[in-house]
Amino acid sequence: MSSEIFVWPFNLGLYFILIYSVVRSTVWFRNLSRPDKLRLQRGFFGIPFMQSIKEIFMESLLHRRIFKKNFVLGYMHMSLAFGWFLLIVFGTIEADFFGEKHLNPPSHAIFFRAFNPDHGAVGLARAYTHLMDFLLAFILSGLLLAVIKRFIPSMMGMKKTTKHTWSDRTALLSLWLIFPSRLLAESFTCGTYGSGGFLTGNLGAALASFLPAAEIAPWFWWLYSLALGTFFFLLPVTRYFHIPIELLLIFMRNSGITTGDKSSSYTEVQTHACSSCGVCIGVCQMSYAAGINDIQSAYFIKGLRSDRDIAAITANCLMCGRCEEACPVGIELGPMRLIERRQGERPDTAKRFLERYSLTGRRSTIERESTQSYGYLVREEAESADVLFFAGCMTHLTPSVISAMKKIMESAGVRYRFMDEQGGVCCGRPLMLAGRDREARELINHNSDIIWKSGARILVTSCPICYKIFRESYYLEARVMHHSEFINLLIEEGSLRLGYLHRKVVYHDPCELGRGSGIYEEPRAVISYVAELQAVPEEGTMSLCCGGSLGNLTLSSGKRALIAADAARSLTMSSPDELITACPLCKKTFGQATGTRVSDIAELVAAALPKPVKKSRGRPARVTTKSLNHG
Amino acid sequence: MSVRQANRFGFGINQSRQINYDTSDRKVRDYVTLREPSFRLCFACGGCSATCTAGEHISFNLRRMITLIRRGEIDLLRDEVTRCMLCGKCMLVCPRGVNTRNVVAMTAEAIRKLDRNEL
Ligand code: SF4
Ligand code: SF4
Ligand code: SF4
Ligand code: SF4
Repeated sequence: MSSEIFVWPFNLGLYFILIYSVVRSTVWFRNLSRPDKLRLQRGFFGIPFMQSIKEIFMESLLHRRIFKKNFVLGYMHMSLAFGWFLLIVFGTIEADFFGEKHLNPPSHAIFFRAFNPDHGAVGLARAYTHLMDFLLAFILSGLLLAVIKRFIPSMMGMKKTTKHTWSDRTALLSLWLIFPSRLLAESFTCGTYGSGGFLTGNLGAALASFLPAAEIAPWFWWLYSLALGTFFFLLPVTRYFHIPIELLLIFMRNSGITTGDKSSSYTEVQTHACSSCGVCIGVCQMSYAAGINDIQSAYFIKGLRSDRDIAAITANCLMCGRCEEACPVGIELGPMRLIERRQGERPDTAKRFLERYSLTGRRSTIERESTQSYGYLVREEAESADVLFFAGCMTHLTPSVISAMKKIMESAGVRYRFMDEQGGVCCGRPLMLAGRDREARELINHNSDIIWKSGARILVTSCPICYKIFRESYYLEARVMHHSEFINLLIEEGSLRLGYLHRKVVYHDPCELGRGSGIYEEPRAVISYVAELQAVPEEGTMSLCCGGSLGNLTLSSGKRALIAADAARSLTMSSPDELITACPLCKKTFGQATGTRVSDIAELVAAALPKPVKKSRGRPARVTTKSLNHG
Repeated sequence: MSVRQANRFGFGINQSRQINYDTSDRKVRDYVTLREPSFRLCFACGGCSATCTAGEHISFNLRRMITLIRRGEIDLLRDEVTRCMLCGKCMLVCPRGVNTRNVVAMTAEAIRKLDRNEL
């Protein structure tokens, strides 16, 4: 039929994007590691599949997570995604039900009204037409919000939106054109034939009263088809590619695939699943406290996608994890950045180009050369101990924390050995955060040796930085505990007698302890036991970074001070007597940023010890009998 | 009397510490200063060295390292720079706000590039 030519832009676009998606997914699947392939295959035929379907419905269509953060933004995303989805589903049903034959090509559903202009005048068909009109109106309401957001971001409660490339702009324009042109095309057609629902029917009648509707209608059908086709064609090179890729990401994640420590198909998929929504920019303290506006995760991901040299962006980040926590797509931004930091120099342009456009699409990884080496460390003779206390480098800069810990452990009768009393070796985490894993391994081996030889059942550390690497990258038999966990255990077991301090305090979650290791409850339990704990504006998973983070090698001390001052202001809003933290680095950093007294949780507990401190060394400690068994 | 001869007699003479502008290599200094401008702020107080984690195990001294960079004595620097653990203690004690860890990282990078004739 010659009148059907107008559907071809749409058809071509649709087939292109379908074929492209299949090819791309196949390549990604082929590049997965064997275990990940197995995971995905198993996930596809099991419970993960159902979870994925549910998650896709809740997140990709209803956008529940965005809803929770910002109602208007959530509504905008939902009306566009869910509305469009329903329009396609009900459109297909309509075409199948009311059309002349069954199993129509997709274009018949999309352009149903163009082929059946006089459909839906009476009865069920008429009711159905109203439903379709309602869905269209639903989408258009979201579109209106999108247009407003584009020009006045602040109206949507957004601090910043990301910048668009020309392809993004063209795709955006075609996306915006799709639904208005559908509205007008349907209205003109309905106006000509006197059909249509409450929206297209009435608008059509009004337009037809003063315009030659029959002649104008085809033009808008063409526009509608062209807008759809252009959008589909441009999809792979724009940020909107995240829409189909996010579905893939959800399947992969629910099958148990994680980022790991090397770049892989999964990192590629995550790179493309970012919607450039800008949520990560809004929560980044580097942006709103230090005025650094080009390193946030949205830009990092964009740089990865466009294969620019992003070494400086990659390095200039606190690794605080706030953006990862806030990302509605659930991209593992921290591990992704670490992978980039581990990379050595980039391959040259020609090689990168070939890699990028070859069928495998695999990026080669060049390992960073070792710059450090610690062959000079001598193996120590280790004394045995049940409980090993490792203060950590940073804690040596806060001697009051060490003496508080000593007092607490002595008061509870813990028989412990102070592993780095005479100065130890760094835990390796700072090197790892700088992408120098091989060098970090040397230090890990050195420390592991001492810990194993001591035969300790519990390893207590006062530094969350050490704590995280002990738990994640050391192979140990000892149970690793942060001192806040350990003190909590002592209290629970009744080994520690404590008074109550009549102080109002607030607690700051150190990044590596909270978001980094998931320890939120124990410190709060300990503090509430000895003092009055007040709430702060951003705590728990969205707690602030103190700015002192070792995760950033390049940030200047001036910028760090800005971040620290801003965070301290937010924490001490309720004018507490004391700001409590559980990290020597946070203590040091905040100490210079606020007039409020800053103490470590150990210092607070030590202050609550009955005076004078009773030395009870010889007494067998309860901690060494009961608790050790589940270490 | 040469330095070695003097040492044999049980007393030491320090080697001349004048900067020899013929052998001094300023490329590393320039590389580091460009990428970590706070390097210029160091006034050689030695606070960093007093607290250094690596310095507790081996002769390693960040203040000395910075001096070597400034003097362009690359050969003495080459080994020295590998010893730092990037632990960050020095950064916290430095009264001048020198971003010491990045000074070490950039120096290591500069020397690697120098050795490959890329500087
Ligand atoms: S990384 Fe996450 S939060 Fe940031 S722009 Fe992408 S999807 Fe949004
Ligand atoms: S990890 Fe923290 S500093 Fe880095 S980009 Fe995310 S929010 Fe910003
Ligand atoms: S970062 Fe390096 S120079 Fe600084 S204290 Fe640690 S080991 Fe010493
Ligand atoms: S502490 Fe700072 S100013 Fe002092 S020697 Fe070290 S780097 Fe230089």
